[in-house]
Amino acid sequence: MIYREAGRFKTSYASDQAIFPIVQDRVFVRAAVVAAFVVPPLVAGDYWLQAILIPFLIYALAAIGLNLLTGYAGQLSLGTGGFMAVGAYSAFKLTTAFPRLSIIAVFLLSGLAAAAIGLLFGIPSLRIKGFYLAVATLAAQFFLIWLFNKVAWFTNYASSGTITAPDRTVLGVTVTGPNATAAARYVMALAFVTVFALVAKNLVRGRIGRSWMAIRDRDIAAEIIGVRPLRTKLLAFGISSFYCGVAGAELVFLYLGSAETLAFDINQSFLVLFMVIIGGLGSVLGSFLGAAFIILLPIFLTRLPHSLGLIMSVALQKQIELMIFGGLILFFLIVEPHGLARLWQIGKEKLRLWPFPH
Amino acid sequence: MSDLLYMVLVAPFKDMAGSPAFLVEVLIGGVFAGLMYSLVALGFVLIYKASGVFNFAQGVMVLFAALTLVGLLERGAPVVVALALTAAVMVGLAYAIERVVLRPLVNQPQIILFMATIGLNFFLEGFGEMAWGANVKKLDIGIPDRSFIVRGVQINELELTAAVTAAVLVTLLALFFQTTRIGLALRAVADDHEAALSIGIPLKTIWVVVWSVAGVVAIVAGLMWGAKSGVQFSLSLIALKALPVLILGGFESVPGAIVGGLIIGVGEKLGEVYWGPLVGGAIENWFAYVLALAFLLVRPQGLFGEKIIERV
Repeated sequence: MIYREAGRFKTSYASDQAIFPIVQDRVFVRAAVVAAFVVPPLVAGDYWLQAILIPFLIYALAAIGLNLLTGYAGQLSLGTGGFMAVGAYSAFKLTTAFPRLSIIAVFLLSGLAAAAIGLLFGIPSLRIKGFYLAVATLAAQFFLIWLFNKVAWFTNYASSGTITAPDRTVLGVTVTGPNATAAARYVMALAFVTVFALVAKNLVRGRIGRSWMAIRDRDIAAEIIGVRPLRTKLLAFGISSFYCGVAGAELVFLYLGSAETLAFDINQSFLVLFMVIIGGLGSVLGSFLGAAFIILLPIFLTRLPHSLGLIMSVALQKQIELMIFGGLILFFLIVEPHGLARLWQIGKEKLRLWPFPH
Repeated sequence: MSDLLYMVLVAPFKDMAGSPAFLVEVLIGGVFAGLMYSLVALGFVLIYKASGVFNFAQGVMVLFAALTLVGLLERGAPVVVALALTAAVMVGLAYAIERVVLRPLVNQPQIILFMATIGLNFFLEGFGEMAWGANVKKLDIGIPDRSFIVRGVQINELELTAAVTAAVLVTLLALFFQTTRIGLALRAVADDHEAALSIGIPLKTIWVVVWSVAGVVAIVAGLMWGAKSGVQFSLSLIALKALPVLILGGFESVPGAIVGGLIIGVGEKLGEVYWGPLVGGAIENWFAYVLALAFLLVRPQGLFGEKIIERV
C-alpha cells in the first residue's frame, strides 16, 4: 500500500506477533471483510454471486486447506477431491438423518468426518515421502470416489446416484437448497471462509505452524530438534482434510445444489492444487488470490473472444483454455515460484516508494 | 461373519483350483496388461533416472505421439515415414521442453519440477487436441485384435504383439544404456549430476537425449494402446495407471517398471475376477493403488528403488 510503517514501533510481544502488525493493514482488512459481507449481497446480481463469488469463496477454503498441507507442511497431496467428497457426502447423510441439526453443525461435523479419513490416509506419510506419497494420496482419491459410487447407502439409495441439498435455515433464513437466495448462500460461505482463514492464519504463526514448516524444510533435522513427525504430519493431514471437507460440503450445499461423484474427480484435486501453486505455496492470502485467478480465468477466456468478435467453437475454446492453463502454471513456476502472493508483496513494496526510484 | 471370511479367503482359491485353464487365462491376461502398463512406466523411469524429474506429462506424451502418428497416417503418409516423422516431432518436443521448462527451473526443488510437468501435461493436452482434433481415431497397424487358442487357453494376438514389443524395447534400452557412450553418460548423470558435469558430460544434451528416448518409448506405448483402444483423450489417463506400477517398482529402476507392471497387471486381473464381484466390481480404478500402497508400507522406496539414505 502507499502508506509507510515508519514510526510504528512494536513495544510488546503481542504487537510484534499480531497477524497484521501495521495499523493501516488492520483497518483495511477489517473494512474489506465488512464490505464483503454488506456490499455484494446488496449490489451484485445473481449471476455474479452464483457464478463467481460463491465458488470463489468455497474454493478459497479448499485451497487454504491444501495450502496448510502442501505449502506449510510440505506433504504433496493429490487426494483433495476425495476429501472434499467425504465432506459433501457426510453432510448429506447427516442432514438427512438429523433434519433438525443446525446446518452449521452439519458442516463442521462433516469436516470432522473428512479429517478422520484424512488422518487414515495420512498414516503412510510417516514411511513414504515425496513423490511416493503423492502417488499414495491418489489411492485415497480413487478409492473414496469408487466407494461413494458403489455404496448406495451414501446417496440414501437414490436411483440417480446424486445427492441433493435440502432446505435448511440459519436464524430463520434459508441458506441451502433450491429455495435459498444467492445472497444468503454467499453470506454463509463468506462467514465460513472468514472464520477458517483467521484460524489458519493463527495456526501457521503458532507452534503448530512452525513445526509444520520445520518438517517441510528438513524433516530429519526437525525430528532431531524435537518435532514429533507422527503428530505433526497427521495433524497437517487432519486439519487440511477438515478444511477440504467443509469446502466439499459447501460446494454441494451452497453452490451446486446437487452433485454426483463426478464433481469430486481427480480434476478437482488438480484444480485446487493449481490454486495453491499459482496463488503461492505457504500463504493464506495466496490461497484467495489463486482461487480468484482460477475461477475468473475460464470466465475471462469465454468472454474475451466474444468481446473481440471472434467466434470460436466450444471445443477449440476448451483446448485453448487448457493450453493457457498449462502455460500459466509453467510461467508462474519459472518466473515467480512463490505465486501471486509474492507478486502482491512486490507490488506493495514498489508502491511504497512510488514515485521515487529508491 | 464366517460366511464372509469364507467368501474372501477360501472361495476364490477354490474357484482357481476348480478351473486351472481359466486361471492361466486370467494370469496371461494380467501379464499382458501389466506389460502394457510397463511400457508407459518405462518413460517415467527413464526421465526420473537421468534428470530427477517425475514427469507427470508422460501420459500426455503417449497421447500426443499417438495423435501425431494417426494424424500423419490419415494424411496419407506411409507407415515408415509417419513413424519417422513422429519420432522427429518427439525429439523436437524434447528439445523444446529442455529449453523452455527444464533449463529455467534447474536447481529448483523436485516438487516444483513435478508441478511444472503437470502444467506441461495440460498444455500438451490442449495443444495436441487443437493440432490433431479431439475425436476418437482408430489406429490400424495391421495386427488384428483377435484371439487364438493354445491348449484351451485364449490368447489375444494384439496383446501378444504388445508383450513382444515391450520385451524388445526393454532389451534395446538395456543395450543402449550398457554399451553406448551416450548410455554410459546417461548412467553417470543418473548417478550424480554434479560429478557428471565436472568430468565434462554435457548435462543439457543428456536431458534432450533422455526426453527424446522417453518420447520414442511414448510412441511405442501410444502405438500399442492406440491399437487396443483407439486414439482418444482417455489415452492420457493411462499415466494414472502407470503410477502405481512406478511406486511399486521404484522410480529409478527399469527392471522395477517391468516387474511392477507384471505384479500390478496380474494382481489387478486376479482381484477383479475372483474378488471383484464381492464388492460390486469396477475396482480396477483403485485396486492397483492400494496394492502398491501395501507394498510401500513394507518397502518405502519400491521393490527395486535405491535405498533411501537420509542425512541432515
